[in-house]
Amino acid sequence: MSTAYAVAASVTDPEMPMLTLEDLGVLRDVRREGSEVVVTITPTYSGCPAMATMRDDLVHKLVDAGYSARVEIALSPAWSSDWITERGRAALRAHGLSAPGPAPSRGGPIPLTLMPLARAVSCPQCGSARTELTSEYGATACKALYRCADCLEPFEHVKEI
Amino acid sequence: MSHSSPDPNDAHGSVYDELLGTDTSQWAFGTDFEDPLAGVDTTVPDDVDATALAAYCLMLGDDALVMSHRLSEWCSRAPDLEDDIALSNIALDLLGQARLLLARAAAADPSVVPPLPDGSPVPVEDALAFFREALDFRNVRLVEVENGDFGHTIARLLLFSTVRLAAFERLSADRDPVLAAIAAKGVKELTYHRDYAGRWFLTLAQGTEESRRRLLAGLAAIWPLYDELRTAYDVGAEVDVVLDQVLAVSGVERPEVGAMSGRGHTEALSRMLAEMQVVARAHPNGQW
Repeated sequence: MSTAYAVAASVTDPEMPMLTLEDLGVLRDVRREGSEVVVTITPTYSGCPAMATMRDDLVHKLVDAGYSARVEIALSPAWSSDWITERGRAALRAHGLSAPGPAPSRGGPIPLTLMPLARAVSCPQCGSARTELTSEYGATACKALYRCADCLEPFEHVKEI
Repeated sequence: MSHSSPDPNDAHGSVYDELLGTDTSQWAFGTDFEDPLAGVDTTVPDDVDATALAAYCLMLGDDALVMSHRLSEWCSRAPDLEDDIALSNIALDLLGQARLLLARAAAADPSVVPPLPDGSPVPVEDALAFFREALDFRNVRLVEVENGDFGHTIARLLLFSTVRLAAFERLSADRDPVLAAIAAKGVKELTYHRDYAGRWFLTLAQGTEESRRRLLAGLAAIWPLYDELRTAYDVGAEVDVVLDQVLAVSGVERPEVGAMSGRGHTEALSRMLAEMQVVARAHPNGQW
């Protein structure tokens, strides 16, 4: 029988299935409470509709592995893209997505950015550094849309938050 | 796996019964309700007035809910695909904030939740969203007035996200740890919303004569409701600094129109809620 943590850590993100919840950094805790396994996850964005799927997938996999399971939410500290693991970043790149750079550091009033965010984003297809932002919002709240000026392929960039 | 036949006499019977059988893992067809605060300690701290906290969270939640609904009305109608997606994503972030805040309000003071028929499976956040009258909504008028054109939406979103971001930065240190956590999370989202609105404001202002004319018309139309927004969120000069920065680079003056008097709501909210609430109200015992 696999450990409850190993089972929970193997569940993948429904939107980015190349990432496990552990690699995405949303899996915060797995503990025993009596005969029950309690898994704590944290949402990436407040309105992320994948949370319900993550919860159901976690319960399903743990029940399949012989555990009785329940999922709880942790709101604090708020998720940061810095929590995506190195293995997760490699998986993103291997699947044609651009991994986030360092999240902006907090302290003092948040500056307004009227020009496109200056990110060093290279094309996950051809490696070119000549890329341009198409939109700060993509198919999900956590991704921006980019285009490579060399190979002309569009690609998604996981945003820094 | 055994499948039970749908009972045509059962009001909740549907074709999906056959598909699902007893497998409840197929979330896309809806399973049980997901509490956005499941497992979060919602005990109100001793030095916090639970009634006031609930009222404040309702205001913040209603603003997010109503603004989210107005933004979602752009879905499939925005000027281009990227902005259709952007406005929908912003609406989704705000809907998430609304869910958390309404759930927080209900946990702090259960008496804010409207009564529902015995046995109704409607969770508290939905009861608050779908079973209150317009008069019971605590949102500011700025978020409820009908959408104009894209220029109007950008002007409204700039004012709203600038004020809300400043307030959420402050609320990240609130004495209620749940509100503080919701605010800290919201800050990251609102930063993107404000940047998006600010960039489009500049683009429209410095674009063509027509884009500038429409932006200025939208700003003038929404401006009389700005004062109520500022007062509700209790923000100060930090907001003016940001707003004046956007106006200055855009070459736009503050509109010379006074604040709209009174409080309460405009007729637009009733019409919006009628559409938003009709299905939920028709089926108070429905399973979604």
